[in-house]
Amino acid sequence: MMTIGLTHYLVLGAVFFCAGLFTMMTKRNAIGILIGVELVLNSANINLVAFDRYLGPGRLDGQITAAFVIVLAAAEAALAVGICINLYKNLATVDVDMAAQLRG
Amino acid sequence: MSRFGLAAFWVCLFSGPGLAAEVPAAERIGVTSAAPSGPVEAVLFYLVAGTAAAAAIGVCVSKNIVRMAVWLFAALGAVSLLYFLLAANFLGAIQLIVYVGGTLVLLIFGVMLTSKSPWVRFEPKVIELVGAALVCAALFSALWLVLVRTRWSGPEGAVPGAAVADLGRGLLTTYLVPFEVAGVLLMIVMVGAAHLARQDR
Repeated sequence: MMTIGLTHYLVLGAVFFCAGLFTMMTKRNAIGILIGVELVLNSANINLVAFDRYLGPGRLDGQITAAFVIVLAAAEAALAVGICINLYKNLATVDVDMAAQLRG
Repeated sequence: MSRFGLAAFWVCLFSGPGLAAEVPAAERIGVTSAAPSGPVEAVLFYLVAGTAAAAAIGVCVSKNIVRMAVWLFAALGAVSLLYFLLAANFLGAIQLIVYVGGTLVLLIFGVMLTSKSPWVRFEPKVIELVGAALVCAALFSALWLVLVRTRWSGPEGAVPGAAVADLGRGLLTTYLVPFEVAGVLLMIVMVGAAHLARQDR
């Protein structure tokens, strides 16, 4: 209980993943869904850094992959917020259920 | 005289990295793996991880989008503290700079620009809430069962953390191609975001 191992971090990553998944499933606000995506990406990052610390002696694969995930998350958030603001300009709402023009 | 000063400055500038590169790797690693261990690590971990988990659950249960953003702020800050605890100092720093300082501010701008009042709510149906909660609880129990039963075939305990210099060297040698691709991607994203934000289309 008092020695922190890899499992502790992985369980925290699972908590983050499930919280992000729940957020993505229940929120209708487009930016709320984006916040859920950020939580899921952070859960992946926690796992990557923990594996790097506990399983990869002398290698940096996990940390460098986590750095790339952070870069990708920043890029994704920039584009997604731009799309949300365009959605708001066109539909006057960010409710994703209202954006159904492309439905066949 | 100033020319000599300039020359001395350049010599110092270029000899600095060269001298640093000759330090043996073991000593460099020993200097930088300054993460706590033992009971101190346990107490810090439970404190920070508890905060992070509470903030993540706060994100998914709060109905107000502004409150969600504030809970996300707490969750991301706690995760950056976790990186410091895992001896990933550079990642903790860029988590604070890029995520908390950049991405989160962007999200909050998005919230402010897309809600007429800050108290905007989109209520999901009860059946949706129940279904999502069931799916997430099932997934978490499955993950929990797998995680507590798995024995990882690594070295016992934590391995020493690597130096930031090694991270930089790795980015410019082994991981040069992904590094360049990430740069191109960031440029594409900048162009795309500028196009999306253009007024007259």
